[in-house]
Amino acid sequence: MQKIQQYFQSLLLWELVKGLQLTGKYLFKRKITIQYPEEKTPMSPRFRGLHALRRYPNGEERCIACKLCEAVCPAVAITIDSEQREDGTRRTTRYDIDLTKCIFCGFCEESCPVDSIVETHVFEYHGEQRGDLLMNKQKLLANGDKYEKQIAEAREKDSLYR
Amino acid sequence: MLSDIFQWIQGSILSPLVNLVVPELFQDEALLLLGILVKIVAILIPLLLSVAYITYAERKIIGYMQCRIGPNRVGFFGYKLLGLGQPIADAFKLIFKEIIIPSGANKTLFIIAPVLSFAPSIAAWAVIPFDDVSVLADINAGLLYILALTSLAVYGVIIAGWASNSKYAFLGAIRSAAQIISYEIAMGFALVCVLIAAGSLNLGEIIEAQSGSFLHWFWIPLFPVFLVYFISGVAETNRAPFDVAEGESEIVAGFHVEYGGMAFSIFFMAEYANMIMISVLTSIFFLGGWLSPLQGVPLLGSIPFLSDHGLIWLLMKTSLFLFCFLWFRATFPRYRYDQIMRLGWKVFLPITIVWIVIISIMVVAEIPPWFN
Repeated sequence: MQKIQQYFQSLLLWELVKGLQLTGKYLFKRKITIQYPEEKTPMSPRFRGLHALRRYPNGEERCIACKLCEAVCPAVAITIDSEQREDGTRRTTRYDIDLTKCIFCGFCEESCPVDSIVETHVFEYHGEQRGDLLMNKQKLLANGDKYEKQIAEAREKDSLYR
Repeated sequence: MLSDIFQWIQGSILSPLVNLVVPELFQDEALLLLGILVKIVAILIPLLLSVAYITYAERKIIGYMQCRIGPNRVGFFGYKLLGLGQPIADAFKLIFKEIIIPSGANKTLFIIAPVLSFAPSIAAWAVIPFDDVSVLADINAGLLYILALTSLAVYGVIIAGWASNSKYAFLGAIRSAAQIISYEIAMGFALVCVLIAAGSLNLGEIIEAQSGSFLHWFWIPLFPVFLVYFISGVAETNRAPFDVAEGESEIVAGFHVEYGGMAFSIFFMAEYANMIMISVLTSIFFLGGWLSPLQGVPLLGSIPFLSDHGLIWLLMKTSLFLFCFLWFRATFPRYRYDQIMRLGWKVFLPITIVWIVIISIMVVAEIPPWFN
């Protein structure tokens, strides 16, 4: 009996009609496309974008050249040289990040004891020449100065969960 | 209405022109020739435009069914206009692309193949009746002409696959040739049912035979055949879910894998022109072509504009089937090759043969309301 029923159902294309009903319903559903340049998706405070080196409010750079980030970086994208400054503190003389190697895992940011190296929310950047994506200390500090407000805000929001 | 427009064009543009240019001896012939040319242009331009905009409709409708919005950027003169400029932009892009001929290919056949697949699908429009008087060629064996021309399209596919000198193209060509030929048979038998029911091979007379009301149309007495015909039509045009001929995962793009630019787009246009052709034919054979569905309906049938027969009804019925083509593509996964063959030979063919017997009995017994 069941076999006969099945036979007639397949002859009358029953399963196909059910499938068509489903796609027909979706035709009138709300569309979820985000039209990118005009609309953007919400971004988590933990978003990992372009790197930046931060400063303290008095203008002193935060980085103490502990080289934890260099050690933890799984892509070996960070290179740091350091020496003693006149006031006796240890500072970096060279802080390079090769963005073409970087995998944006955020380990450098996690390992940093003084919140110096951070990742901003900037993801729409590009390089026009060879070497534009090889970041050095000047560029990273400039990024930090430029996006300090946004960086601080994001860290403030996320501080509850750290 | 269409014939009125043609009369006006002939009276006020063509005959003064002919009188002016052509010597008196050949004026009648020249007028006839020009009249036919005008009719051909009047069929072809809307056809090619609708081919272009079906690609747009396809992307839009399938997008909507997948919760996307589809193309909506390219418009005209700086306005986006829902992306309506997209097909035009695509056409321009394809026209200006280089046609690359593979070094191992047979050059002549390689170029001829797309033409061979596109020409029959255009030529078949000659016998399509657009309303009770507007037919380009009102021949009495219209159905045979259509069958002959739609079968010709497979040569384009086979030659393209052969001339490309590429294994993917060759496999794709074999697949689609086998598929088209096997579904042609089911389709032919389905049409035998139609011509038994209508008692004529002329498309206009087939439509006339269905007049009365939408209950008089052949989709009721020929319901299984109607389904078989439309599904075979989908298979015949190599559309999803029967598109193994271009199965991306196994054979890249099938028979047109070596084609680029305009040569590729001719194949593309042939596929879409065939889709329109199948939709028009299905609505002519089973849904009464240009007959108004409100004819014979008690109350609505008396409204003057709605109950008039005409081109508009044919277009609406055709659009319904075209939408089904796109709907199928958004819904069904591709059939396996042996399933396609099984469906064609072991399901559709027996159904149509059985139905030929049933419809013959119905015609002989003069069962109302269709055959009295």
